Amino acid sequence: MNTDLNRLMALMTGDEKHGPAATSTLDALWVLYDRVLRVTPQTVSAPGRDRFLLSKGHGPMAYYAVLAAKGYFPEELLAGFGSYDSPLGHHPDRLRVPGAEIGSGSLGHGLPLGVGTVLGLRAQQLTEPRVWVLIGDAELDEGSVHEAIAYAGPAGLDQLHTLVIDNASASYGSPGGIAARFEAGGWSVRTVDGRDHEQLYAAFTAPHPGRPHAVVARVEPKNA
Amino acid sequence: MDNMRERFAATTSRLLDEDPRLAVVLAEITRDGFADAARAHPDRVVNVGIREQLLIGAGAGMALTGMRPVVHTFASFLVERPFEQVKLDLGHQGLGAVLVSAGGSYDWPAGGFTHMSPGDVALLDTLDGWTVHVPGHPDEAEALLRHAVRGDDRVYVRLSLQANQRPQPVTGGGFRTVREGHGGVVIAVGPMLDAVLAATEGMDVTVLYATTVRPFDGAALRRATDAPGRADVVLVEPYLAGTSTAATNDALADRPHRVLGLGVGRQELRRYGQIEEHVAAHGLDAASLHRSIGGFLAGSLTPQG
Repeated sequence: MNTDLNRLMALMTGDEKHGPAATSTLDALWVLYDRVLRVTPQTVSAPGRDRFLLSKGHGPMAYYAVLAAKGYFPEELLAGFGSYDSPLGHHPDRLRVPGAEIGSGSLGHGLPLGVGTVLGLRAQQLTEPRVWVLIGDAELDEGSVHEAIAYAGPAGLDQLHTLVIDNASASYGSPGGIAARFEAGGWSVRTVDGRDHEQLYAAFTAPHPGRPHAVVARVEPKNA
Repeated sequence: MDNMRERFAATTSRLLDEDPRLAVVLAEITRDGFADAARAHPDRVVNVGIREQLLIGAGAGMALTGMRPVVHTFASFLVERPFEQVKLDLGHQGLGAVLVSAGGSYDWPAGGFTHMSPGDVALLDTLDGWTVHVPGHPDEAEALLRHAVRGDDRVYVRLSLQANQRPQPVTGGGFRTVREGHGGVVIAVGPMLDAVLAATEGMDVTVLYATTVRPFDGAALRRATDAPGRADVVLVEPYLAGTSTAATNDALADRPHRVLGLGVGRQELRRYGQIEEHVAAHGLDAASLHRSIGGFLAGSLTPQG
């Protein structure tokens, strides 16, 4: 997959080699969209689809590349990345990007929106769709993320999943590690190598009855 | 007579029985008022605990799935504390919700400034697409709430313990003419109507009653001021003074006019006490309003620095 995704990324950046920040999410996103999420360009509005909410909205090139590779929009759009007439901004806008469940950029909004999405699905007896929210390790600094973690565990929101891309970018880190934050909130947690597709897949599909599930995907440190 | 907040809980509980799309999202406040509804509809009455950012985000997430969320807490914690969530999770995402606040500007004066929110409507004024209802009576609150839950848009319903003696018919739309005159127009918003009517007794003024302040009914104001010469307009609002001054100016941009915006002062009083004492301190009791409105219309009001 990487050759084609790298080509798609290069359409946005003009660069075949990308810094870790730009590609930190690439492998995890690909495994999710390729093997886990039950959603396609044909089912983007279906009530029973799985939802993917990109909360960490900065550096969305990997996200756009995956969406283009999966046919949510033509790859010709990628070249206009960030330009006035392009729907693809440096932060995504759900009203402009086909397949994007939320617009993001400001950190800490995705997980509460994911909580509400699960609540809304549950209230409509839609217990099959799974909701995935991608956040960054530094995004855990936001209090709103802690509000969502602390609520979702005791509330038993087992349709909710959080993918934490850990590139060690938080200035103060999480004492005890990121997994401990989720475990304290009553979540199921797996920590894996964020570049290893089989590890990612196994973690993404691990059973977690009655509890929300977090996957911490470790990648190269941002400032290494 | 119940108060607006009690009516809100009772009405919304009934609406939950009737409309499967409706959900209530709480952050502990008014939890008891929804206890029966929560038992009847455990998936549609959600209490997220004392987490106001999550409150708005979770409500917006429910809207993402097609639900109609009614999101409620005190105004300070509903609009001011999670303001970026209100701006982004609802507005930027293109989602709707009914935000219902309690507490008004100073419904619990003994609680102090932490529980006062005179700036809520002015804050929402920085955002696009919000309908703002300010009922002046529990019956009006119920009617406006029933109107609000039917749509998909962004609605703010501002509930208060301050209320007028009698309800007015409300439609969820524009301003209502409750008195006609020729010497100026006074717009009374929500709970301010009784005091305005008392203050303007014997004055030759038109009194417009506004329970829906956004969108601002500029057409009604233009009709009320549709006389030769100068338009004099006094706004009497139960929140931050001058909140609707810009909307008034915009409505009258093409004609000579003067506007006086009365409401809650910006300066923090740092006083406890009773609602009535705060009303008087902000010059919103009938006697103070009589002096302010009379002085303004006579051209002798001294602008406050």
